[in-house]
Amino acid sequence: MTTPISLETLPRHQAAIVDDIDWSRLATPEARRLRELGFDSGVPVQVLHRARLGAGPVACRIGRMTVALRRPVAGAIRVSIEPLAAE
Amino acid sequence: MEMPPLVAMVGNPNAGKSALFNALTGARQKVGNYPGVTVERHSGRLALDDGRPVELVDLPGAYSLEPSSPDERVTRDVLLGAQSGERRPDALVVVLDAANLDNHLRFAMQLIALGLPVVIALNMVDLAERDGLVLDPTVLARELGVPVVPTVAVRRRGIDTLRATLTGLVGTAAAPTAPAAPVEDIRTLQRRARALSKAATVSETPTRRWHHALDSVALHPVFGPILLVALLFVMFQAVFSWSEAPIGWIEDGFTALEAALKGMMPDGFLRSLLTDGVIAGVGAVLVFLPQILILFLFILVLEASGYMVRAAFLMDRMMAGVGLSGRAFIPLLSSFACAVPGIMATRTIEDEKDRLTTILIAPLMTCSARLPVYTIIIGAFIPARQVVPFVGLQGLVLLGLYLMGIVGAFVAALLLRRTVTKGESSGFMMEMPKYQLPRLHDVAIGLWSRAAIFLKRAGTTIALTTVVLWALLSFPQAPAGQSQVEYSVAGRIASGLEVIVRPIGFNHDIALALIPAMAAREVAVAAIGTAYAIDDTEDASGAKSLVDHLRGRWSLPTALAFLMWFVFAPQCISTIAVTRRETNGWRWPVFMLAYLFVTAYVMAGITFWLATFAGL
Repeated sequence: MTTPISLETLPRHQAAIVDDIDWSRLATPEARRLRELGFDSGVPVQVLHRARLGAGPVACRIGRMTVALRRPVAGAIRVSIEPLAAE
Repeated sequence: MEMPPLVAMVGNPNAGKSALFNALTGARQKVGNYPGVTVERHSGRLALDDGRPVELVDLPGAYSLEPSSPDERVTRDVLLGAQSGERRPDALVVVLDAANLDNHLRFAMQLIALGLPVVIALNMVDLAERDGLVLDPTVLARELGVPVVPTVAVRRRGIDTLRATLTGLVGTAAAPTAPAAPVEDIRTLQRRARALSKAATVSETPTRRWHHALDSVALHPVFGPILLVALLFVMFQAVFSWSEAPIGWIEDGFTALEAALKGMMPDGFLRSLLTDGVIAGVGAVLVFLPQILILFLFILVLEASGYMVRAAFLMDRMMAGVGLSGRAFIPLLSSFACAVPGIMATRTIEDEKDRLTTILIAPLMTCSARLPVYTIIIGAFIPARQVVPFVGLQGLVLLGLYLMGIVGAFVAALLLRRTVTKGESSGFMMEMPKYQLPRLHDVAIGLWSRAAIFLKRAGTTIALTTVVLWALLSFPQAPAGQSQVEYSVAGRIASGLEVIVRPIGFNHDIALALIPAMAAREVAVAAIGTAYAIDDTEDASGAKSLVDHLRGRWSLPTALAFLMWFVFAPQCISTIAVTRRETNGWRWPVFMLAYLFVTAYVMAGITFWLATFAGL
């Protein structure tokens, strides 16, 4: 694993883990909401759907929840692919 | 008299709080699936096992004690005892979604730290188990130091245990301590919550969930939008086709009533008031009850099933294009039924400018009160032929009017966001609840409350307006050979207004109808109905239907201009009132009135002249 991936570019249904979140790219209320929804380093995530029209939001699975995020926010979340699932 | 102890229900959105509240109090409340559907104060009485009464209040769903919307601010302020007009709760029922424990536990831990007596309702355990998640409530209770009761609100499971636990908590527990300072930041709490949730999990199997299969269609890049458009089309088509039979029954009922009255009473002032005024006016509006109920049925089912949030997801890109977020989609779609609940639903929009823009464009969504107007005009002027099998021309024109409102709203939002509500665009971050089969009982309650509101309007505002209008139309009595409508007081007022609306193709009857329609749009139909009923007395036949009258007196360009006027004109006192309340002043409702009337005038004018030049 060399290039870091963000949640924005993570392939669909690829199990991954949040590495870290670039809080500086997010507005304060956005950052807080993201934390409240459970985004944090070490948490498993998965991209479920992308709204393709234009560059619509991303629906991802975090914990047992499905959360919709806009692309710029997803881009601030750096993830790495789980070694077990990556094979 | 001493106030009963106050117990507050708190929890994340989608934890099933409202359903649990209903199960505990038996109160009638809408159970939706959209985060933040509980925006008003909902309270109910509950008798504890030892007979003591308590007041139960259902607080708006929140993710933490740091509010990011007006809703969440209410929740925090009540919990801290800082909300004016509300005492600090004596105990809390913290509602958690068992299937979402790691996330919901963090908020629960913050709530426990407040120092109030707490019982945790571990709700929707059945769904969690079906989902392959088995939890041990005793581990949770031990680690958190508060009682934990597994519940299934919709099946009334665990309700008795919850009430028994509450009986032990209220009053007998130590006096609430001062709110503890939030010692830990969100991330630390979240990590503790995750560890705890893991400890309480007996087994977890990653089962294939059926709503994932649904989502792969509903959120599909191609099929998702197609499904959304198809659903909306079926909805509008159903409004027309399913309602035919019940409308016929209502019409027959009113005709029979009118005939019975005419047989019983001598011809004269009172009979005219009852038949031409009350029955003609109220009847003209009541026939639309079936259509309004069908529309609400669709909206309630879509909301309760969890599909609405998927629609918001699909719509976010488009909404972002005009400076709004997908969150605005739910208030706007509700506005198709009525702008008043739609505007109230904007309270869940976090960004102030975003919210204001949504309020200002909400009246452009075609509300159910416009349906009577659209239906009668379309019925009279648009031929009922099939364009392709199952797609009627009338349905297409109706769809066109809805689309016109939507396009108008988007253009308005785009312009407003660049001028009066300028600001950074807000984000879109939303939890997507699981799909649920809507419960018949909840949908029935929702429909009944909508019908009750409509019937009350028909019985009061509309009946009164039509009676006043009947009086204005009947006096003074016209001499023989002159039109009663033209000669009456209302006719003379309308003649003044006609000067203004003549350039956009409106005739005297329309000018007349616009006056009472200020109170509520659907009165326009009743007003025209009343005017023609009165004029009809000179008619030998006396039995022409409203549609026949319209065909005889209006040209097609006039009818089209009239339809276009109703797409934009802000003719609804309730909407203006709720806008004033939600924006704290007269500034924005006045602005709304001005911009919508100007748009309505210009658009109706363009329609009239284009249609005239096109030779229609």
